[in-house]
Formats: sequence, C-alpha cells, structure tokens
Amino acid sequence: MRTFAIGIGLLSILGTASRADAQSPPRVVSLGGSVTETAFALGAGASVVGVDESSLFPPHVASLPQVGYYRTISVEGVLSLAPTLVLASVEAGPPAALAQLVAAGVTVVRVPEGYTPGIVTEKIRIVASALGLGEAGDALADRLAHEMDEASGLRARAGTRPRALFIWSRGPGAPVVGGSETGASAVLELAGAENAASGMRGYQPMNAESVVLASPDVLVVPDATVASLGGLDALLRLPGVAATPAGRARRVITVDLMALLGFGPRTGEALLALTRELHPDLQVSAR
Amino acid sequence: VSGRTLPTLYAASASDVWPDHRAERAAILIGLGAVLGGLAVTSLCVGAVRVSPLQVLAVLAQQIGLGTPWAFGDTERLVVLDIRLPRILLGALVGGGLGVSGALMQGLFRNPLADPGLVGASTGAALAAIAVLVLGTSFLQSLPEALAGAALSVGAFVGGVATVLLVYRMATRDGRTSVPTMLLAGIAVNALAAAGVGAFTILSTDQQLRDFTFWTLGSLGGVTWPRLAAGATVLVGGIAAAPLMARTLNALLLGEAEAKHLGVDLQRSKTTVVLLATLTAAAAVTLTGIIGFVGLVAPHLLRLVVGPDHRVVLPGSALLGAGLLLAADLVARTVAAPAELPIGIVTALLGAPFFLWLLLREGERAWAV
Repeated sequence: MRTFAIGIGLLSILGTASRADAQSPPRVVSLGGSVTETAFALGAGASVVGVDESSLFPPHVASLPQVGYYRTISVEGVLSLAPTLVLASVEAGPPAALAQLVAAGVTVVRVPEGYTPGIVTEKIRIVASALGLGEAGDALADRLAHEMDEASGLRARAGTRPRALFIWSRGPGAPVVGGSETGASAVLELAGAENAASGMRGYQPMNAESVVLASPDVLVVPDATVASLGGLDALLRLPGVAATPAGRARRVITVDLMALLGFGPRTGEALLALTRELHPDLQVSAR
Repeated sequence: VSGRTLPTLYAASASDVWPDHRAERAAILIGLGAVLGGLAVTSLCVGAVRVSPLQVLAVLAQQIGLGTPWAFGDTERLVVLDIRLPRILLGALVGGGLGVSGALMQGLFRNPLADPGLVGASTGAALAAIAVLVLGTSFLQSLPEALAGAALSVGAFVGGVATVLLVYRMATRDGRTSVPTMLLAGIAVNALAAAGVGAFTILSTDQQLRDFTFWTLGSLGGVTWPRLAAGATVLVGGIAAAPLMARTLNALLLGEAEAKHLGVDLQRSKTTVVLLATLTAAAAVTLTGIIGFVGLVAPHLLRLVVGPDHRVVLPGSALLGAGLLLAADLVARTVAAPAELPIGIVTALLGAPFFLWLLLREGERAWAV
C-alpha cells in the first residue's frame, strides 16, 4: 500500500503538466504498420508521438511510445500521449475505444486496408488530407500509381506465368503457405505469377504431399523467414519442398514482408522488383 | 473426495461445529471491504493519463453539483468518469463473480480444484466466441459495430451456460446428480469443446485468430457504460444470491448423507448452486474474456485464513476476488503504459507463484475444503 501512496503523491505533482496548445503542430498516434509508413513517407514523421506494435518502419518508430496491439488499444494509454489526431487502420479497435477517443475530442481518421493497387493510393490521399499535406499526398499517390501501372505493364508483357508458392513458416514442420484471400496471394497475382496454393484459404500449414502436388516453379519467401529458419538450405528442407521444381532448381525469391504486403508507400517498388525477378525473360528497361 | 478433511466435522451438527461468531465474521468482511475500497480509490487515481487525486475528487464532486477549487479539463473528466470508473466497477463485479462462482463450485464438489471452468463454462464460451468470430464475419459486418460486439458477448454467454447445463444433464439420472460423473463428463465435454476451438482456428484468418487469442487472455479494456449495465445485472444478482446458499453448503461439507439428515434438499441445492455459479461465471467471461486463477485462489485464501464456514467464504470470496482483479488490472494497465497487458497474464503471473508458495507453506491444510 505504501508504494501506491507514494505513487499517488508523485502523480499529483505531475498531474498539473500542461497540455499542448491548439496552435502547435498535430500530435499523431498511428495505428497500423502501413498507416505509419505512409505518414512518415509524407514527411510527417516528426508529428508522430506514438505507434502500435505492428508499426516497424521506418526504423525510427522503434524509439516512439508503443500503445500495444492495434486491435486492442487502451484508450487511456493513447490519451496519455495527448494526441490531436489518431490515424487508425480500419482494422484497429476495439470500436468502443475509438469512440471514446472521439468523445475525448481527438480527431480519429479511419484508413482503409485491402489488397488492390487502388487501395494504396486511397490510403495515401486519406492520410495526407488528415495531416493537411494534400500536395505531398498527390505527389506520393501519383508516384505509387505510376509504379503499380509499370508493374501491370510488365505483367502484360511477360511470356510466362510461373507457379509461385509463398512460404511464411516460423519453424520446421509443414510449411505455412499463403492461400487465397491473403495479401501474399494478391501480390503474386499482381506480379504475374499463379499462386500455387490457391486451393487453400488464408495462411495455413500445407501438407508435404500437397506441396509436391502444388508443384511450384518458384518460392517467394520473406527474408525474415529465411533468417529464422536458418538459411536457404533449411528452407529447402521443409517437408515436401525439395521435391518441387522450385526446390530442385533452388529457385527462391526473398522479399521484404512489410514493404511488399503492407500495401503502403513501399509496395510499388517491392512489387516491381518481385515482378522482374519472377520474369527473368523480360527485357527489363533499365531505370 | 469425502470432504471429511477436518476431524471436527464429525461433531453432531453444523451449528455445533460453527458457533455463530457473528462479530468475527462481520469484522473479516468489513476488513475485506475496506481493502477493496482502498484498491478502487487507488485505481481511480492511477493510470497512463496523469490525473491528480484532487482532480479526481473535483470531477466526482462536479457530478453531484459541488464546486471545488481544483481545475480539470475535458480529458481528465472523460478519463475518470468514462474510462476508469466503468472499468473499476467492471473489475470489481467480474472479480466478485469469479470469486463467488469458484467458492460455490468448490463447496458443492467438496473439491479444491473445482471451478465452473472444470464443467465447461470457459471452454464452452470460448468455442461459441470463436464460432461467432469465424462464421459470423459476413453477418457481423452487416450489423452496426455496437451490435456486432454484442453478438460475441451473447454467443459466449449462451455457449458457456449451455455447455454446463449439458454436463449437468448428463450427470443427472433419475432425478439425482452424481458429482463424480459431473466432473468426469466435464473433462470429456471440455476436450470436445477444445477440439471444436481447434477446428475453428484452422478455418480462421490470422486476424480472427489474433482476436480470439487476445479474448482468451482477458481484458477489462474497452468497457462502456451500456455494456457494463447489461452484464452487471447478472453479476450483481449472482453475487447477492450466493450467500443464501451458505448454510446448505456448510451442511454438505459433512457429506451428502449427513446433509440430507440435516434437512437439506440435495437435488434442489445442487441445481441452484450449479445454476448460480454458471450464470455468474459465464457473465464474467462474456464481459472480459477468460480470466484465470481468481475463481480458484480467492476461496482458497479465505479458507486458509478464516476456515471453511461458507457464511464467510461466499461473501468474502466476492470481496477478495474483486480486490484481486482490481489489483491485477492496476498492474495490467500501468506497467506497459501506454500499452496494456492482457489481464489474464497478470493474474496468472502474480497469482500462480503466490499460490504455490502458500501451498508449500501450508502443506495439506491448504487442500482442506
């Protein structure tokens, strides 16, 4: 009890700390990895005072206060950062918590999520307008739209449509693959590949024999997965993988998971790179 | 387990075993109430947002129309009235409900391990919850957000209660409920429900799975007044009604045959106790997800200190359970601020080592129901 009493005493001294003025720049709490990336890409990084635990890029966000998992945020935790604006992915919640933030006078802007090229530019424009950075938003959205167009142009010109298997395992055992209705599946299609695991839904472990049957020509793997498995050889030792065309040819493309699947400002470049790697036959215009 | 763990229980009748000691009982309960009150006040004053105790006082005074010299802003008022206050009430009610339902079940089964989870309340609720999360996605999206949240709660409540009633039915033959059958059937039904949960985790998306994982770890966060009001009616009813069963449970401590000779209507008592414990536990799980350990520990601690008299154990478990949960929540929402820990982690992390220490220190005596 005594510790609590001291705690209260301390807090009563600190309780008079002043609030930010209405005129000062916005204090932004960002909930969602790609939302945070977008805010930073727009040059608003200095205004961000807190992020959720899925925000990992740019690396600087690691030094910001964390408000927890974005599906279960704590209202009081967010309020303690005295935000004026909360940029919340539509997947952030719980709804009651966001409603309480609004009741506390915080502007809450919901940012859409999805796996289509259109969602990338929509996200950028919404975040930019919430931050009052319309021009920077237009510029960034145009750049992304251009990159996505370029990727779709490459896809149209590609002569082949390789079967690709997206592997997102965290350890040995049946490989966890990206089935239909996943960001991984959407990206493979956008990059001009056929998802070899389209018969499954979501990210699920795939039985070794089914891996062989899926017969992927190429494996697409997050670089963090390769590292956590212990290298390329360990990846190829996952059940069934060695017996596939990709395994025999050791054809593996590693990707940056957040850049590619975030459908944020880095997705365009990552998608272009993946498209080129999937289609080595393309006469790549040097840029 | 015969329950004849205390030699004195061979005495002629329950009233000889437990002389009234009215003042002593009152003192214990008042003491527990005071600790709970202290924790509630501390919880109201401590949190991620800095609000001084004087400001808290000023906010509360304003509600009843009193002016105070201590200034506060809208944020402070919202934090105190709409975030901390409902959360404290929720914590106290859920903790009290878990404590009472644990005490009721331990008393009925005369088994120190019993809690409503043992006969399926938690797993049944979990199965219903993940079923709603996975199967209900498209349906839920067509509902307003508030209703979608309620669907999960109502589903979990119905799932918990239905599972226990199923177990109870299976253990009842010719109008007699066999307690050992109920425990064994509970184990089997728990395994079945767990298999169902496993099947749904395969069908679920990553998002749904993470939501479910957090739900099973419990949280007092995200509570609002309307949600609190809905669940509170059941909890208040359960906590208030439980002490009415004290004399019956005291008589049952002597054994079923002995209780019958003392004039206890066995079948009716079992039904009432199981219903009370289940409704209370299911309401608690529904409001906060699964919070382990409180229902097990609170009655134990009390029995160690004050003995097995249910006239103290039942209301005392409510007060102690409420206090334990408030203390755990205080840790959960401050230690990682501005983030917060799932409270189930805190209750287990703090509760389990303490409970083990107590067990080792007290040895066999700790197991006496």
